[in-house]
Amino acid sequence: MKKSYQRLEDNSTNNMKQVKYRNSVSKLRLFGSVFLLALSLSLFAQDGDPTKGKSLFNTNCAACHNLDKKMTGPALRGVEARLANDEGLDRNWLNSWIRNSSALIKSGDAYANKIYAEYNGAAMTAFPQFSDQDLSDILAYTAQEKAQPAAVAAASGIPSAQNGSDSGLTNNIILGALAVMFMLLAIGLILVKQTLRRFAVANNVEIAEATKGKSLWKAFIQNQFLMLIVAIFFLLSSAYFVYGYLMQVGVDQGYQPVQPIHFSHKIHSGDNKIDCKYCHSSARVSKHSGIPSVNICMNCHKSIYEYNGEVTDEYSKEFYDAEIQKIYAAAGWDDVDQQYTGETQPIKWVRIHNLPDFAYFNHSQHVSVAGIECQTCHGPVEEMEIMYQYSSLTMGWCINCHRETNVKVKDNEYYTKIHDQLSKKYGVDQLTAAQMGGLECGKCHY
Amino acid sequence: MSSNKKYWKSVEELNENSSVVEALKQKEFVQEIPVDEFLGDKETLETSSTSRRDFLKYVGFSTAAASLAACEGPVIKSIPYVVQPDQIIPGVANYYASTIANGYDFASVLVKTREGRPIQIQNNELALTNGGANARVNASVLDLYDSQRVAGPKKNGDYSSWTEFDSDTISGLNDAVTNGKDIVLLTQTFASPSTSKLIAEFKEKYNNVKHVIYDAISESATADAYENKYGVRGLANYDFSKASTIISVGADFLGDWQGGGFDSGYSKSRIPSHGEMSRHTQFESNMTLSGANADKRVPIKPSEQKVVLAKIFGAITQTQIPGKLADHIQAAVDTVVAELRSAGKNAVVVSGVQDVNAQALVLAINEALKSNAFEPHVTIKTRQGNNADVMTLVNDMNAGSVGALIMCGVNPVYSLPNSEDFISGLSKTDMTVSFSMKEDETSSRVQYIAALPHYLESWGDVEMKTGHYGLVQPTIRPLFDTKQFQEALLLWNGNTATYHDYIKNHWTSDILGETSWNDTLHDGVYVSDANDKYEFLEKSNVIDLIGSAKTLGTSKGAEMEITLYPKTGMGDGQQANNPWLQEFPDPLTRATWDNYLTVSESDAKKIGLYLEPSTFFNQSSHDATGGLNGKYANVTVNGVTMKVPAIIQPGQANGSIGLSFGYGRTLGLKDEMQTGVNAYDFYVDFNPVQEVQIEATDGKHEFACVQLHNTLMGRGDIIKETTLEVFNSEKASVWNPMPVVSLNHIETPVTSPDVDLWDEFDRSIGHHFNLSIDLNACTGCGACVIACHAENNVPVVGKEEIRRSRDMHWLRIDRYYSSEDSFEKDDEKKDNIKGLGSSLSSFAEMESPSANPQVAFQPIMCQHCNHAPCETVCPVAASSHGRQGQNHMAYNRCVGTRYCANNCPYKVRRFNWFLYNGNDEFDYYMNNDLGRMVINPDVTVRSRGVMEKCSMCIQMTQKTILDAKRDGRLVNKNEFKTACSAACNNGAMVFGDINNKDNDIVRLKNDERAYHLLESVGTKPNVVYQTKVRNTKK
Repeated sequence: MKKSYQRLEDNSTNNMKQVKYRNSVSKLRLFGSVFLLALSLSLFAQDGDPTKGKSLFNTNCAACHNLDKKMTGPALRGVEARLANDEGLDRNWLNSWIRNSSALIKSGDAYANKIYAEYNGAAMTAFPQFSDQDLSDILAYTAQEKAQPAAVAAASGIPSAQNGSDSGLTNNIILGALAVMFMLLAIGLILVKQTLRRFAVANNVEIAEATKGKSLWKAFIQNQFLMLIVAIFFLLSSAYFVYGYLMQVGVDQGYQPVQPIHFSHKIHSGDNKIDCKYCHSSARVSKHSGIPSVNICMNCHKSIYEYNGEVTDEYSKEFYDAEIQKIYAAAGWDDVDQQYTGETQPIKWVRIHNLPDFAYFNHSQHVSVAGIECQTCHGPVEEMEIMYQYSSLTMGWCINCHRETNVKVKDNEYYTKIHDQLSKKYGVDQLTAAQMGGLECGKCHY
Repeated sequence: MSSNKKYWKSVEELNENSSVVEALKQKEFVQEIPVDEFLGDKETLETSSTSRRDFLKYVGFSTAAASLAACEGPVIKSIPYVVQPDQIIPGVANYYASTIANGYDFASVLVKTREGRPIQIQNNELALTNGGANARVNASVLDLYDSQRVAGPKKNGDYSSWTEFDSDTISGLNDAVTNGKDIVLLTQTFASPSTSKLIAEFKEKYNNVKHVIYDAISESATADAYENKYGVRGLANYDFSKASTIISVGADFLGDWQGGGFDSGYSKSRIPSHGEMSRHTQFESNMTLSGANADKRVPIKPSEQKVVLAKIFGAITQTQIPGKLADHIQAAVDTVVAELRSAGKNAVVVSGVQDVNAQALVLAINEALKSNAFEPHVTIKTRQGNNADVMTLVNDMNAGSVGALIMCGVNPVYSLPNSEDFISGLSKTDMTVSFSMKEDETSSRVQYIAALPHYLESWGDVEMKTGHYGLVQPTIRPLFDTKQFQEALLLWNGNTATYHDYIKNHWTSDILGETSWNDTLHDGVYVSDANDKYEFLEKSNVIDLIGSAKTLGTSKGAEMEITLYPKTGMGDGQQANNPWLQEFPDPLTRATWDNYLTVSESDAKKIGLYLEPSTFFNQSSHDATGGLNGKYANVTVNGVTMKVPAIIQPGQANGSIGLSFGYGRTLGLKDEMQTGVNAYDFYVDFNPVQEVQIEATDGKHEFACVQLHNTLMGRGDIIKETTLEVFNSEKASVWNPMPVVSLNHIETPVTSPDVDLWDEFDRSIGHHFNLSIDLNACTGCGACVIACHAENNVPVVGKEEIRRSRDMHWLRIDRYYSSEDSFEKDDEKKDNIKGLGSSLSSFAEMESPSANPQVAFQPIMCQHCNHAPCETVCPVAASSHGRQGQNHMAYNRCVGTRYCANNCPYKVRRFNWFLYNGNDEFDYYMNNDLGRMVINPDVTVRSRGVMEKCSMCIQMTQKTILDAKRDGRLVNKNEFKTACSAACNNGAMVFGDINNKDNDIVRLKNDERAYHLLESVGTKPNVVYQTKVRNTKK
């Protein structure tokens, strides 16, 4: 019965440098391979299909290469033309490099060896599976002119704005029309009344003047019973509001602090559909969901150095790119040299969801055992540009859910017997968390 | 009718022109109010534009602003790692197997860490040797976070650098070699194979090196006897689980005798099985844990212990030994000898007498008995100190022949009786270095303090017994700029390897054989087959045993003898700055924060140390609040006199007194921890037994004792006990009767639903937790008390508060003395009381314990009653019951009425009188960031004004359940644990789910020895006790 003790020895090498190696060697190899791509002639590249090429590129090359930026491997825009013009190497050379760079290096090819040395002997992964057509597709993609991102943004921005105003417009028109109709009706009625009055004057019909009695106001004040009722009403309603005010003290529903980095959950989990638990991995096993450490960010942001999605006036591309730079500063990543400097700077996030110390909450119980979606408590996170506290996190809120939610028994041997017995005892098919004992004080307070 | 009468107030008014009357008319209070005096400078005041109204406005505004600001919640920052280590998941504990080897305590442990901080020490269940962590080892995790630790190397009292330290020490060592002076390593017992090798290499490099091993509390005589006989320095091992008859002459083997670690074996043989259990007879002077657990205890003076041992030897070897013993002692010896003879190889004799002759006899007796429990081929290596070497060193230092003195893990200025000589020797030594965690009595007097890491920050290895190895591995990055002694040795030896690599190389090449290093590191322990191959170099020079026995038999005693002993909580005193241990109640006296003279009642009366019992009119022995008082005595040993408070200790042999080591520290610890007196001043020639002069002196000492009533008053149903004879021959209903109550004049058992106030709740579904406590296996060692502290963030309240009975221990171990010779006679006496007169006198008598009482220990925590009286009286329902049997306590709901505590029949609820966390009034560990690192993040830190109590470690049971749920499996057999049950390595505490029939707890709950505390109250507790069975013979 061995326990899972760990050895600290395994720990001792944990420092920033380790991340360097985390990028597997295969990535380094890929890097090299793109380099070879750069050697073919653009003239011949035009017969490929850039759309297909893009998808091939993203699948196979993008881990190490970018079109416009030197990453693990060189930048590849116009690689074929560049090689042809500068080095006099044709597409055949490029093809053989991509399919098997190390063979080319071994063969003693001068330029291949030069590149190999320039990238510190990082070998590029071989892609023997690429057909000539595949390669020409990819090269066609690399040969494309750089699109103007501003134009893209504008283009994407305008239709969405139009969509938005479309629905607004119809509503406004209907409302406006209604208002005009009511106005016309009112004017009509006033005109009718005036006309009738004129008729009456003309026909000498006497209109009975309403006798001026006590004003309603004075009558009201003199009616003590009414006053009492009103006073009670006021007292009760103010008590209600005071109670309501007191009850929200310490409840931070909607709390939306400014964070040191403008992290958009909308972009990450909404637009890019990253699983919550990719970053908040400890939610599966621990009481804490955990704030991801910077090395998790760097898993993707090593290659994603700029933002190319939707922008608005408030959040421009420049704004987002600057935020990405903040991650680099925190992780100590030198984006130009593509290496860690070792000067790190932990990010001081502002914690949004704060349970008081006397309440015990365990994420893994809810996420792993009960299989509850994160959104049940945290709301539509995938739509939140800025994260905020969606639920009230009060005890009443917890209890309600425990009363209404059935225990997820399926495929969990732990529950089989106890669920059978308890459901028989309570005469129900499905037990709620409350019936399972989820309302007992000691389950959350110890 | 009106009248024009004019009333006058004083004669003065009759005088029309009186100025006084006029003045009074104008101004009732004629004196000037001295405003200027308390408002200061009048001029400034007048020029000031701030009027009284303005002032009030400001006050009003700031109050309003403050209250408004308070509505704003604090902004809480969360700072994740930059690179998260693979093993660390916030919220999930990691466990590392390691070993403590601080020179006094040696044990294999399992360290629980959370977010990279060690927070608890647990037993390493894989360890076959010393796997049980005692109270001190459990508390050692708090030493790591000691705010008094030295933060880096120091040179002549100022912080320096390791570079400077390295170059200075190397040149110092070279100077010593050039000058032809000695280099002396004065160290604790390391018992470390790699360190021995390092020291051997050091000796080779600087050939005038002496290595002096120094144990503050010495077992040197025992080691000498063992070395004389077997040629190896060490101590013989004993396995008490193999003994049916145990005779101890002054050996507290349940305490720290021979390094401790014998209690789990002892407890195994104490649980009656198949009608048998071991019989234990103890001859001793002080009341010790071993004596308290013995079936028969004979209090004798230390000098008589030697005679007893000689007589036993004589009887076993059929030799006539001179010497005379008192009749009752001789009778006891005769009984013992008879028992030994009949038990034969199932018997074992041990002794704690620090005398080479006596220890030689012990080895001979056990060999003659062919005792199974005696394992001389297994050498205990954890006490290797040599007294003679230490004394020679002090002389050499004073003679100026020591060029460099390098100390590690020792504090001789505190622990040597002749510390003055040592201090003067230090000044005559060219280079003095001390590897120390503290700036203590010794290290504050040396040139270089080399800051030492705590064992939880270090690498290391230990061979505790022949072939039983343990590895020490760090569980946290070093908190301070520290360096291990072994790393320094490597440097001095010119070896560039790290100590970790050095150990690994040594182990893989010399110790492990085929076993993998990583597996061993994971397990923390390794057992080689070395002791199977081991051959003794039985020495050719035959020891004159008979001569030794005769010397012993004729040894003379003094009128008054003192026995110095290590206290369960404090050991040799190196952990004196540990508030958990200071507040740990001594298992026998139940006093905290002190050491004291233990005196028998009759001696106390003779000397004048006795305080009359308090009455309504006269508070003498106890204050009106209950606080225990004591008188002071002037105690003189070998010309040294100390003023020591005296406590009456039932069972203390007449003509003997006791005083514990470990107190009276003065440097390197907080003011609050500087308690007691330094008993090492009496430790002349490393002999714990000394002739002593004692006289009463002025003053009254205030003890902080957590138990003020010492006897059971004949209430045999609180600790049920019986004898082995009755246990074997009678039905359980005779010795473990179920209490009955009257229902319609018919005696009905209290467990019957007919007599119950409450409706029974069906708990057969799901888990239902029970805790079984075996009073036979519990030795009272207190490891569970400290484990509970660590697990549940129990605060330390300090001596003053303890004296006010505001101790916070969730788990206490009640200790009871019998008032007659045995508890059984107490019961009889109570039953025989008839009438008011007899009851007054008899009950008064029963309050005082007997001179040699029977002792019983009873761990008490919240009993988690199914029908809990505390729950029904809580006005806010802060205390409620769970289906799993635990009595829940919602602290945030509690308003502090304390009704629950009043209604609890077991007195286990504790009230937070103060905020102990972050409060400098309680300067122990919860008021500084370092100390707070030990807090268990899964348990709330309670605040002022709320009740708290044992939760039956609900955080642990919930975690076990959650683990099972997450894995989608049932909870394993015996998987549930509480902190106390996990800490108990004697098998006394067993916790589990009684709804799973595979669990041990089911058998124990239904055992015929099982009973509930105060069953007659009808509370239906979930804690079950096992009747104590004593192996007494009529």
